Amino acid sequence: MIAVGDVFTEGFLTALVAGGLLAGIPLLLAALGETISERAGVLNIGLEGMMLMGAYVGFSGALYSGYTWVGFGAGAGAGIFVALFMVGLCVRLGLDQIVVGIALTLGAEGLTSLLHGAVLTERPRLGAVELVTIPGLSEIPVLGRSVFSQHLVVYLTIGGVIAVWWLFRSTTFGLSLKAAGDKPAALDAAGVSVYRTRGYAVLATGSLAGLGGAYLAIVGAGTFEPFMTNGAGFIAIILAMLARGRPFWVVAGSLLIGMSLQLQTALQVARIDIPIDVVNMLPFLAVIVVLLLFGRRAYLPAALGLPYVRGAR
Amino acid sequence: MSDTAATESAELAAARPGRLGALADTLVRSVGPVVLALVAGAVILAALGRNPGTFYGDIVEGGLTRGNGLQESIIRAAPLLLIAAGLIVVFRANIWNLGIDGQFLLAGVIVAGVASPLDDALPNGLALVLLWLLAGAVGAVWTLVPAFLRAYYGVNEIITTLMMTFIGINVANLFIKGPFRDFESTNVPQTSVLPVERRLPDLPGTRIHAGIVVALVALVVVHYVMTRTSFGLRLNVLGANPRAAVHFGLSVKRLIMVSFAVSGMLIGFAAAAEILGVWGYVRADWDPAFGLIVVPLVFLARLNAIAVIPFVALLAVLSIGGDLAARRAELPNDFLLVLVGLILLFMAITEYLGRKRELGQSYLTEGLRQSLRRRAGR
Repeated sequence: MIAVGDVFTEGFLTALVAGGLLAGIPLLLAALGETISERAGVLNIGLEGMMLMGAYVGFSGALYSGYTWVGFGAGAGAGIFVALFMVGLCVRLGLDQIVVGIALTLGAEGLTSLLHGAVLTERPRLGAVELVTIPGLSEIPVLGRSVFSQHLVVYLTIGGVIAVWWLFRSTTFGLSLKAAGDKPAALDAAGVSVYRTRGYAVLATGSLAGLGGAYLAIVGAGTFEPFMTNGAGFIAIILAMLARGRPFWVVAGSLLIGMSLQLQTALQVARIDIPIDVVNMLPFLAVIVVLLLFGRRAYLPAALGLPYVRGAR
Repeated sequence: MSDTAATESAELAAARPGRLGALADTLVRSVGPVVLALVAGAVILAALGRNPGTFYGDIVEGGLTRGNGLQESIIRAAPLLLIAAGLIVVFRANIWNLGIDGQFLLAGVIVAGVASPLDDALPNGLALVLLWLLAGAVGAVWTLVPAFLRAYYGVNEIITTLMMTFIGINVANLFIKGPFRDFESTNVPQTSVLPVERRLPDLPGTRIHAGIVVALVALVVVHYVMTRTSFGLRLNVLGANPRAAVHFGLSVKRLIMVSFAVSGMLIGFAAAAEILGVWGYVRADWDPAFGLIVVPLVFLARLNAIAVIPFVALLAVLSIGGDLAARRAELPNDFLLVLVGLILLFMAITEYLGRKRELGQSYLTEGLRQSLRRRAGR
């Protein structure tokens, strides 16, 4: 019999929190992006593809330039590049968002795998990234070192969450986003371009998802592997839907799922053996149970997934 | 370049009224995206420093002309056809079942785990039929939760079916490592193996198992049900306009549950064909991921269960031949994903252009249209 106190040792908690942050940050970035585009009425199934492109291009950028920051910039740029397809085809031309989204995800999966096989034949790796340690807070016992010693991108991400919250809550553009998702015709009548509003939203999604992918490759793994996002994009979509447009819920959800993804490692530290398959499906199982219990309250923007065609009824 | 020009002039020809024009229109809309995707794929291959001609040649050799290439392609087509049949049933009702991989894998694993004991206890033929039905039942059961959530709470089924796939893959692995594990086999956990002579019978004179026949029959049945029965009409009404369906007095909730279950059943059948016909066992972490690559074909065939057959045949050849081509080109075998993604993109664009034309708005500028008309001899 194992006592609870034996499990929650310092090593266990550190592994759990540090690992949860490491796995949670890419999810958080992508889900934050998806929150923006969903609010504007664009269901972005291509999120996984944007993350993968961000991971590949971001890793290559960091590898060839030698600067981590170039990598992050390149990753965000790659995400925006994929998002441009979505803007052109779905927002501007009004094509089916789901078909285009699947196409982008499949295309990016295949393309990055081919590029990996053709270009990264030496299987290169990046060295450890430099972390920014916050003086004082990192001295807190147990959690200090794991929470307050992170790459600068992590702190910027937290800043980004607050910025999105403020954007939604107190700006005209935030209001336009909501209108584009709930009643685009009204936004158009008010003289604001639906195409432009949705377009910016999708580009923001692309940059955040690309950044998330780049973090996964540069900080998380230190290398690029084909299919390395392993469904993270889809988890992020689910998170964004459950958070219903509230950025701080996205944070909570991402960290929770990040931690449960890391539970395996943490439990090994605590010498408890739970099959990895059980751990892997816990987040999804939790979400399904939540949906079954509270499914009635699920709210999505009224015009989510519907293309806006000016003048059409 | 010449392909694009050919497509455009064919589209202009299709603008002429009449049967021939309609046929040409359908052909362009179905074949055009595939041709464009192959051209774009060739550009990508060239950019990667591989010879596209050699690559496509290797695909044809591996999937058609080489030794057992054609037979292997037909064998690969069996599960893909059944998945396509399953997708048509839900897509017609405008329901997105994207949980294909979870339904497929779980059905496959349970069939593989039960196959040997059941086959020992019962006559071979009866056991195979029961296993086939079991696979269908498992596939159907795995759609219950997303179907219920969609039907009663209106929860987006795209997301829930994708999540059920993640759960299904893990549950399948748990089965392989737990109750179905065959400890006498290798280090990698796997189920016990159904001996070759007790699997699905081959067609006389070939290595092709009987699954392909079942798949073709299933497609004909689906086509008949969708076009000639009231159930098919109800699904079509639901797909065209859910509100109208309610006003017609259709039981929308039951329709959603039933179409989801039928879809899962057919996908379970696909797993039965692959396990009972080809593998005989499942190893941990095995996932052929057939799901999303079948989706575009179903759309290219305009949700027509008969028209999907040639597209699946093409995919099967690409899939089997792609293995050889990728090996010779020293690339990972993921070119197929790029190709399928490109087909989807070009399909969406072709669709848009076609719709524009139907609305009477041309997507060409006036001058360009005039010059094309002159060239087309009008």
